[in-house]
Amino acid sequence: MDLRHTADEIAFRDELRAFFRREIPAEIRRKVSEGRALARQDYVTSQKILHAAGLATPNWPVAWGGKDWSPVQRYIYVEELQAAAVPQPLGFNVNMVGPVIATFGSEAQKARFLPATASLDIWWAQGFSEPGAGSDLASLKTSARREGDAFVVNGQKTWTTLGQYADWIFCLVRTDPAAKKQQGISFLLIDMATPGITVRPIITIDGGHEVNEVFFDEVRVPAENLVGELNNGWDYAKFLLSNERIGIARIGMTKERLARVKRLAQETPAGEGTVWDDPDFRRRLAWSEIELKALEITQMRVVAAQRTKAADRPDPSSSILKIKGSEIQQQATQLLMEVAGPYALPRPDRDEEGLNLPSVGPDWADAAAPLFFNYRKVSIYGGSNEIQRNIIAKAFLGL
Amino acid sequence: MDFDLTHEQRLLADSVNRFVSDRYGDFEKRKAYRSGQKGYADANWSAMSEMGLLGLPLPEEQGGFGGGPVETLLVMEAFGRGLVVEPYFATVVLGLGLLRRTSGQGELLAQVVAGETTLAFAHQERQARHDLHDIAATARRAGDGWVLDGAKGVVLHGDAADRILVSARIAGARRDRAGIGLFLLDPAAAGVTRRGYATQDGLRAAEIVLEGAPATLLAEDALPLIELVADEAIAALCAEAVGAMETLRDLTVDYLKTRQQFGRPIGEFQALQHRAADMLVATEQARSMAMYAAMMVQQTDAAARSTALSAAKALVSRLADTLGKDAVQLHGGIAMTEEYKAGHYFKRLAMIGALFGDVDHHLRRVVAAGGLPE
Repeated sequence: MDLRHTADEIAFRDELRAFFRREIPAEIRRKVSEGRALARQDYVTSQKILHAAGLATPNWPVAWGGKDWSPVQRYIYVEELQAAAVPQPLGFNVNMVGPVIATFGSEAQKARFLPATASLDIWWAQGFSEPGAGSDLASLKTSARREGDAFVVNGQKTWTTLGQYADWIFCLVRTDPAAKKQQGISFLLIDMATPGITVRPIITIDGGHEVNEVFFDEVRVPAENLVGELNNGWDYAKFLLSNERIGIARIGMTKERLARVKRLAQETPAGEGTVWDDPDFRRRLAWSEIELKALEITQMRVVAAQRTKAADRPDPSSSILKIKGSEIQQQATQLLMEVAGPYALPRPDRDEEGLNLPSVGPDWADAAAPLFFNYRKVSIYGGSNEIQRNIIAKAFLGL
Repeated sequence: MDFDLTHEQRLLADSVNRFVSDRYGDFEKRKAYRSGQKGYADANWSAMSEMGLLGLPLPEEQGGFGGGPVETLLVMEAFGRGLVVEPYFATVVLGLGLLRRTSGQGELLAQVVAGETTLAFAHQERQARHDLHDIAATARRAGDGWVLDGAKGVVLHGDAADRILVSARIAGARRDRAGIGLFLLDPAAAGVTRRGYATQDGLRAAEIVLEGAPATLLAEDALPLIELVADEAIAALCAEAVGAMETLRDLTVDYLKTRQQFGRPIGEFQALQHRAADMLVATEQARSMAMYAAMMVQQTDAAARSTALSAAKALVSRLADTLGKDAVQLHGGIAMTEEYKAGHYFKRLAMIGALFGDVDHHLRRVVAAGGLPE
């Protein structure tokens, strides 16, 4: 048992570390580090740099631009990406629809979509959640009826993250209204430019425009855009959701954020000294650091186990990573807001891109409270932490 | 990075697990072991000797197993699962941990390995609380040797130990880091008074008063050595806590499945399911931190080592506290009884929290260091 990296792993890590810091524009990484909204072009710029170096889709099949990396190498890649505050390659593309098409799609779909999905020439949105289907996703109602060589889609999706930028959306739709719940769902690829689609922004409590509602009114989708088998979509969705568990805890990102909290606390005046001199603050920061260290090792154990364990065997680890990872991410944003102190309050106007204009207080402080507000989401999305506890109780404790 | 055990480590784990299930699987046996005068079973101690456990950290040429922190983790985790009462922690982790790093005690080492001699470490003083450098007991030269004066408290296994390692001040003021010596004491010698007692977790300890007690000097300026062994002790306690947490969690989950109220197993209630799920999360986080402790205790930079071990002790103690209390709550009244197992695991976990520095103490140390080492 040795928790240290081998010399080869260190060399691999250092190469990525240098590449990310050298090649991804500092201004983009600064925005990520401060938790500010990125413009569409920031995502595209960053992903194209990664893609050109073969680093956008390492988890894909090698034939489609993936890397034949070990689980440890994949883990190091995600950690270093996050620690360098590089925008992650768009998850909807590289972790979700890409692997689904590569695994279940037709040859024509692969050829048509995979290259542009990897390079972000197609921006994908995820059409899963609906107003009445959140944690209970299988109760979704958006329907698709067959008419000749097309499906006609009607319904509403919601919480569509960055849907305002999307070229295409992959949707779970009900194709057999008579079938029960998980049966009768299909996986459909829909061009956002199709007539009948309306995107309406949802402004979240942080003031940001990150999520949307997407309405489908008699939207005609060519039948060739069905992925895999009709009424088999639930299986593909399960595959998709289980696909990217490493990185869900965002340990690299939180590490970077806690280091930043520490730095800013040392710079932020408070009475005779700085915020850093407050032992109560430091105690809470220490707890977050310690819990993060434990979670990092838990994650390393999960990575190491991937070598030996069958991938489809149930494992409580992804639920543990989700629960603890989200809690610590939230703690980090709260600590940052506390460092800002009274200057967490000012809320400068935003321009149309959603980017902040110059701050009233310290140049980082106005982003602190919105980030704290925004991060309440991490214990809600991706299967809420309560759903994760249900999973642990049922699947692993047998309750 | 790898979490694999070597072939030898797997064999060790298998044999210790078998020992625990054979001799501690039936909780009534543990009660019998405790009722003896020493508070444990000689037969178990002999068995540990035969398995090579009593020489675990010693190199093979000294009759040992050549084990390191990972081997200690495997043994202590298994002992935690069974709430083993034999003085392995006092004799091997503390006693041998100190003794093997001094010179001239080859014969005593051999006796320990053979199971003929048990050890204890008398360090704690009432005013010191968790500060390892706070030592008021004194040592002065007398002829060729030394004599000790002072009072030591909560000496684990101190009432039955055959030899006792004692820290005492050779020079300096009570809270000076320099000038603390390590001595070997025969508790049968003149000037030694022992008052033995049971501890809340079913083990034994003693208050020891030294009045001109003759002793052999093992090391001058021994504080760095004592701090190293205290960190090894913390790593061992973290592993023991993980074993106890795992068993207590399993007991609780089993109980939730069998206990019927309102016409169904109480494990069907979501309020209880979620708390059981949190027990699983806590156990895995504690296990990760015990591994961290085992790795970092080998760190040569003493400051980094101590900070890391403080982090491990703080988190494992906090998780163990929450899990222990939840286990009692989820069981309900049955866990309040002396007869049932769960309460004993709860009590041991609580006492581990008080040993070698509590949560606040260790968190303060992490804070003072400015956070975890890289």
